[in-house]
Amino acid sequence: MSQPDAKNDPVQRRLELSSNPVSRLERMMEIRLVEDRIQDLFAQGLVSGTTHTSQGQEAVAIALASATRPTDVVCCTYRGHGVALALGIKPESVLGEVLGRQIGCMGGLGGSMHLSDPDIGLLPTFAIVGAGTPVAVGAALQFATNQTDGVAVSVFGDGATNIGGFHEGLNLAAVWNLPAIFLCENNLYGEYSPIATTTAVTDITKRALAYDMAAETVDGQDVDAVLATIERAVDRARSGAGPTLIEAKTYRYVGHSRSDKATYRPEGELEQWLARDPIELFAAKLVANGELTEEGVQTIRQHQHDLIDVAAQTALASPPGSIPQMFAHVLAP
Amino acid sequence: MNQAITRAIADEMEQDPRVIVFGEDVAVAEGPFKTSEGLLATFGPLRVRDTPISETGFLGAAVGAAMTGLRPVTEIMFIEFMGVAFDQVVTEAALMHYLSGGRFEVPMVIRASVGSGLGFGCQHSQTLERWMLGTPGLKLAVASGARSAYGLTRAAIRDNNPVVILEPRSLYGEREDVDPGEQSIIELGTAEILREGADVTVLTLGQTVRVGLEAAESASWSGEVMDLRSLMPWDKKAVIDSVRRTGHLVIVEENQYTGGWGTEIASHVMAKAFSDLQAPVLRITAPDVPVPYGLALEQRFLPSPEYVTEQVAALLATKTAPEPWWEEFA
Repeated sequence: MSQPDAKNDPVQRRLELSSNPVSRLERMMEIRLVEDRIQDLFAQGLVSGTTHTSQGQEAVAIALASATRPTDVVCCTYRGHGVALALGIKPESVLGEVLGRQIGCMGGLGGSMHLSDPDIGLLPTFAIVGAGTPVAVGAALQFATNQTDGVAVSVFGDGATNIGGFHEGLNLAAVWNLPAIFLCENNLYGEYSPIATTTAVTDITKRALAYDMAAETVDGQDVDAVLATIERAVDRARSGAGPTLIEAKTYRYVGHSRSDKATYRPEGELEQWLARDPIELFAAKLVANGELTEEGVQTIRQHQHDLIDVAAQTALASPPGSIPQMFAHVLAP
Repeated sequence: MNQAITRAIADEMEQDPRVIVFGEDVAVAEGPFKTSEGLLATFGPLRVRDTPISETGFLGAAVGAAMTGLRPVTEIMFIEFMGVAFDQVVTEAALMHYLSGGRFEVPMVIRASVGSGLGFGCQHSQTLERWMLGTPGLKLAVASGARSAYGLTRAAIRDNNPVVILEPRSLYGEREDVDPGEQSIIELGTAEILREGADVTVLTLGQTVRVGLEAAESASWSGEVMDLRSLMPWDKKAVIDSVRRTGHLVIVEENQYTGGWGTEIASHVMAKAFSDLQAPVLRITAPDVPVPYGLALEQRFLPSPEYVTEQVAALLATKTAPEPWWEEFA
């Protein structure tokens, strides 16, 4: 076994984001390219089953990872590739997990819906809608009990706000005044259904009123805006001022899952959102600020392409999960 | 199979205006597994509704609607999602008739996709009959293809009790001839012999029906392959009669070894037909681990026809139950 490359360590990858806007752009491109590659792998028949990708929602994942520390805790959903990569899991570990290979972050036993790495505070991503919210409250309870300044974040979609566990979790966090952040990626659809057909309030932050909880709505395509919003919530949590509900208005360019062609979308809606692509918006901003040139953006883009090619090759070269692994972690020792 | 399920629901909706359908994405999107194609167009939005992702809410609503005069047919997209709403199933729906001294009935159906083989990972690949087994007041059936899905679904909708129908999701696209109509309704609690044989009764359910049939086709032994079809109630007479003829019982289960549905059958057969058995009852199951994700491991997890063939041959040859493949890892 070779020693892990320190620069490529998940914790190191995480810390790069907080200090450097250009690395945030790189990571957003990485997320987009990895998810595009996952779709290619399915199209080529190299993976069975299903996957849920998040193209269009990258800004939220990057802002979350930039605003929090590896010692904080994140409970995310089955649409979790972006958050996992942003928090630091390496592309070959995500691709390998989707492919069911040993290099995967779960050794190929979990799959696309179950990504995890304790070193960066990512609990196994939750495949049952709403399940992660009360669990995040429990992680926040741990920080409060131990009187440390950790923060627990629950990431979920608008659809999850109709599950009982979501409401029970928010209420608990409020009455116990816990260092929790409830980060809603409102992408306008719960599975195949437009939000207004399933959800009594289409502005999710209104839910916070019922729990007397701080709440902020933010443009989910603007990474700096989401970052500033999450930073305020993190400050509240770390200083003992209690939980926050954040609603990032965003959009997934693809269907709910691999088999969903998203024919339910009104004509022109996708194009409107594509015109405000979070990666392009951020790249343009960095160019306008003089932090990058147009050529610099293209160089980064090409470099990320090359890195993901290598990551995909590495993942494909890894052996499938082994039979003894199936029996290895059913019960703790 | 998905077309047969749709047709069964439509046939009952035609005949009985009290039958309504709801679940996540069952109306406009016509079902995540295409088990309600055309129902919204045919029966309209009063009778076919999409729900939020709110299993507790809509299964509870089914209980109330059923107790007060409707006959809801609900869909739980993946059986695991029922965990969110378990109270409404086993503590409310199952007990309302009893708690009202028989004055309320709860004629509702919960359809749920189950099973492994599609690479959905351990939170979307279980069969979970065991969650409901042994709950008085519930009925429980498992489809094994288009024909049984049609017959069981119609029977479930007509039943005056809460009925859970489990549908192996790997079979939704499988084709089988179905003769729609009253004659194809399958009485809940009846098993079916799909292949006659002299040496051994191979009892199967859901996705293992095709495993048992395939095993018996190429085996050196003569297997009587039976589709149990219902678990609550289950067809004790058909199973015992078959075991009396063959002298051997092998139960093929998709679930893990501990607590699988076959334990119930094995125990009963041992008690009632001990002297007819020429060897111990053999349960062929998955190992006691979560369903693994990678395709090769998931296929290994499930009993394969080849494995069933070998295990049965070993049982018949030695008259003792062979060790499972996973014994060395357990």
